[in-house]
Parts: sequence; C-alpha cells; structure tokens
Amino acid sequence: MKSLEDLEKKINSELTTKINNTEIKHNQIYIITDKEDIIDVALFLKTNPDTKFRQLIDITVVDYPEINQRFEVVYLFLSHEFNQRLIVKYSIAEHEVIPSLTSIFPSANWMEREVFDMYGVSFKDHPDLRRILTDYGFEGHPLRKDFPLTGHSEVRYSEDQKKVISEPVKLEQNYRNFDYESPWEGTKYIKEEIENNDKKN
Amino acid sequence: MTKKIKNLNLNFGPQHPAAHGVLRLILELDGEVVEKADPHIGLLHRGTEKLIENKTYMQAVPYFDRLDYVAPMNQEHAFALAIEKILKIDVPIRAQYIRVIFCEIGRILSHILNVTTQALDVGALTPSLWGFEERETLMTFYERASGSRLHANYFRAGGVHQDLPKGLDEDIAKFCETFPKVINDLESLLTDNRIFKQRNVEIGVVTKEDALDYSFSGVMIRGSGIPWDLRKSQPYDCYEDLDFKIPVGKNGDCYDRYLCRIEEMKESVSIIKQCLYKMEVGPVKSSDGKISPPSKAEIKQSMEALIHHFKLFTEGYRVPKDEIYTAVEAPKGEFGVYLISDGSSKPYKCKIRAPGFSHLQSMDYLIKGHMLADVPAVLGSLDIVFGEVDR
Repeated sequence: MKSLEDLEKKINSELTTKINNTEIKHNQIYIITDKEDIIDVALFLKTNPDTKFRQLIDITVVDYPEINQRFEVVYLFLSHEFNQRLIVKYSIAEHEVIPSLTSIFPSANWMEREVFDMYGVSFKDHPDLRRILTDYGFEGHPLRKDFPLTGHSEVRYSEDQKKVISEPVKLEQNYRNFDYESPWEGTKYIKEEIENNDKKN
Repeated sequence: MTKKIKNLNLNFGPQHPAAHGVLRLILELDGEVVEKADPHIGLLHRGTEKLIENKTYMQAVPYFDRLDYVAPMNQEHAFALAIEKILKIDVPIRAQYIRVIFCEIGRILSHILNVTTQALDVGALTPSLWGFEERETLMTFYERASGSRLHANYFRAGGVHQDLPKGLDEDIAKFCETFPKVINDLESLLTDNRIFKQRNVEIGVVTKEDALDYSFSGVMIRGSGIPWDLRKSQPYDCYEDLDFKIPVGKNGDCYDRYLCRIEEMKESVSIIKQCLYKMEVGPVKSSDGKISPPSKAEIKQSMEALIHHFKLFTEGYRVPKDEIYTAVEAPKGEFGVYLISDGSSKPYKCKIRAPGFSHLQSMDYLIKGHMLADVPAVLGSLDIVFGEVDR
C-alpha cells in the first residue's frame, strides 16, 4: 500500500475482528490487538502482498504496575517494500503466557528472551527461553518498575573465601531522588496569555 | 571395535581478542567444523534502559555514548530526534549540518575500526596501524567540538551543545582531502590480497531472504544486495539535501561487506565535504528557552535566563505524553529508540534497538558448517560492539 491511510483501511478491512483500534501518528501506524490474535496479525502483515512487513524490528514490554493489565507488549515492524513502520500492541496481566513469534520471524528468538529476562513475561512455544542479558543465576526482572535501581544483590571478590561472592546491596548513602516538579504553575494571567498565543500559532 | 566419537565443546571468549569485547561463544565442534554456536551475551550489561528511566532527558544523553562506543554521536542522534519529534521543535539548519558531519565522522571511525580489526583477525597487522592513526585525528575533532574524545555528550534535543570552535571546519576539510589516500592505501593492502580474500570470500554468506528474516540492517543487509539505507529511505535532518550513493554488495559474504564499508567511508567523506560547503553561520540550538539552556552571558543579564537555566538543570524540560519509535542509520545498522514519555521530565520507557543484537543472534545460522578458523572472520564482519549489544 502506498499511503498509510490506505494501509490502515486495508488492515481494518482484512483483519476486522482481530484489530481493536488503529491510529496514525508520527508517520507510523499503531495497532491494538489481542494476545490470541497476534500470530494471525503478524502472519498477515508479513505475507500479504499489500503490506509486506518482512522485518520484525524489536519486541518490548512496557510496565504499568498500577493497572490490572500490567504489561503492554509492543512489536515493531518494518516494510522495506513500502517504506512503512507499524507498531502492534496488546496488554496482558502479570502471569499470562503469550505466544511466541519465533516460527514466523526467526529474529524474535533473542528479542523474546530479552523480554523474558527483563520483565518475566513467558512465551509459549519458544525454543530456548533462557535469560540473556543478566548474570547466570540472577533473580528478579530488572526493567519492572518495582525493581529497585540499585538491584538487590552486589557481587565482589572475597579475600577470605578466595572466590566471588554475592551479597545484599549495602549503600553508603540512600539513592536520592529529588522531586523538582514545582507545584507552582505561574500566575493565571500568564497562563492564559500563553494559551492564547498557542491558539494563534 | 567401534569407537564412540563425541563432539567437542569449546569456549571462545569472554577474554579473546577476536571476540571484539566480552563475548562468550560456546562452540560445538565436530573435528574442526562448527556444528552449533551459542553466544552468551550480557557480560557488559549495565542496565542503560533502567538508568535512563531515572534520569532527565538531558542527563540521559551520555548513556547513548556508551552504547556503541566507537561511534558515539550516531546514537545520541536517534535519541535527540525522538525527543524533537515529540516536542515538535525545529532544529536550526547549521545544527543539522554539524550533526550530520559528526555522524559521518562516527561512521568513518566505526568502519575504520571494523575493517582494520577484521584484517587483524585474519592475520594482517599493518592496516590497523595505519587506520588507527586516522581514528586518532577524527577523535581530536570530537574532542575539539565536544570536549572529549569518545563520550561526547554533544547532541541535544533541538541542536547541538555548542558551536564548532574556530578553525575546526577547515581542519575537517583538510582531513577530507588527505583521507581518501589512506582508504586507497588500506585497499591496496587488503582488497586484492590473496590471504584476505581466501579468508573472507564465500564465508558467512547471507541470502536476501535470511537477511530480512533475521532483522539485519545496515551493511549486513546491503552486503546481501538489498539497497536499504535509512539516510535515503527515511531521511532525517539534512540528509535529503545531500547527494550520496548507497554501496550494495552482491554475494552477501564477508568480503562484500568489507567492500561496502570501504565504499561507505568514501561516501561519508563526500557527505562531510558537502556539509562543510553548504554550512552557513547561524544558531546551533533551538531558541526555545524552555528546552535549550541560555548562554553564560545571558544568565548574567537576564533574570528569565537564570530561571530557565536553574529549571533546566534541576527539573529538566518536560516532554508531553506520547510514544514514538525513531531510527537512524548508525554505522552498524538501524539504531532505534522507542521512547514513551508521560509528561514528566524523565522518560517513562526508553527501549534501545541495537543493530548488533540481531546481528549477533544469527551467529549460529551464519557459522554452522564453517571451520573454527572462520569464526573470527564472520564475527569481525558482523561488526559487533558489546556496548550496544549488552546495553
């Protein structure tokens, strides 16, 4: 499809029930779908001659700990033929297992391992779901919002035991996170003036 | 009598000079033939994405230097572009040219390192000695513009940190005159070299289909004959106004990728020349006081500037709630930033898409059936830097 609008129409008409919402912004299409439909959607996007999203650029998860459907899984696709980018998303709860895309895109293998490592989301039918970036024997999932920035344990060489040991983090000083955001937003008349200027522009 | 033959498992790295950093590659060998390769990565994992979530937008820039540390400014570029698109701010034309000049310098830096170390891996010592001299010159350009040779922290949302110092553009122009000769010298050492060809031709062949399936980008996809370069197909900054060619390989082997890199360096030199020619005097960062900090002189005179300065370096600027994926053509391939902002002065999430990650993933597919001695050659041509793979 030449233009993004045509592509949006095409996707909406072909995948009617599988798509919950589409939106075009920043010259990219954002699609919201469901966990159950992701395989079909990905397969359609890859194989359909009008879409040809042949490359899976990345898979990632966004963590929103305060809501029930905690994780939002994000897939980024690229079509070389039509020079378009597309983002597919769906939300899942914490312990849900999601389908793996490795059978469609071999490159999904490490991306899904990374998601598993960083967020603890499990993939069904993944050939080799191991941790990838963190250390052997690491516990926890670092990119979750409730994982502390300093981590839980630190590693050092112990002169007494003559080996590398892992122990709980001891901080000389607590991590300081200042709240700079001022509650004072300026006087009302300045605010109105700015808004009026914005409207004019 | 029958003998039981067991495959040999060999640990390649993490401390092996040909592993280009800290890669632990577990190879399953049948005699000298590699049956399976299992790369263990993450030995340089620093949690960049987590750290960025806890820093303001301006404080997050230096983390991008530490990803692909041989071409630092290209990474900063992706992050700056992402913020600019969300904030919808324009970049002054001079800043665009400066950014493109330094991105192309980064490309040359990275390609020299890769070409010469790949030659080193297959037995040629001289290219690295010649190439690194030029890298040193380029890094002094980095230093003169930004203050440091490697970790530049130079690009900002809305432009660059400061204007080029006096005389730097002339020196870069001089470099552009002398550098093509060095490329030719390197080529005379390698391109027709019998040993170099024996070690690289028909090694690590990637077909077009597989290049797409394995999410290859940059030289890895162009070496296989797909003319895809984000500078042309999805131009950012002033790349649209510049005239350059995209070198494409034919066979998709290590040798073609080497040739692509050599040609790209020549194109980069031409891009830098065009930028220097077109560049005019003007502002180098956005004039919006809410985003770019005021000059020292202004702070001394204007109360408003002082307040802006204070707010920018404590709270930082706020970015409205949005999400965006922006990619640039880094020397190694498509480097992308998937940024989610929540209206505060810190990113809610910043996923970094590193080209090396998907390239290294294909190691098993690339090396299967090759000899053990081909491992460094293939690894060299993948152009892996662990700063970005491990993040």
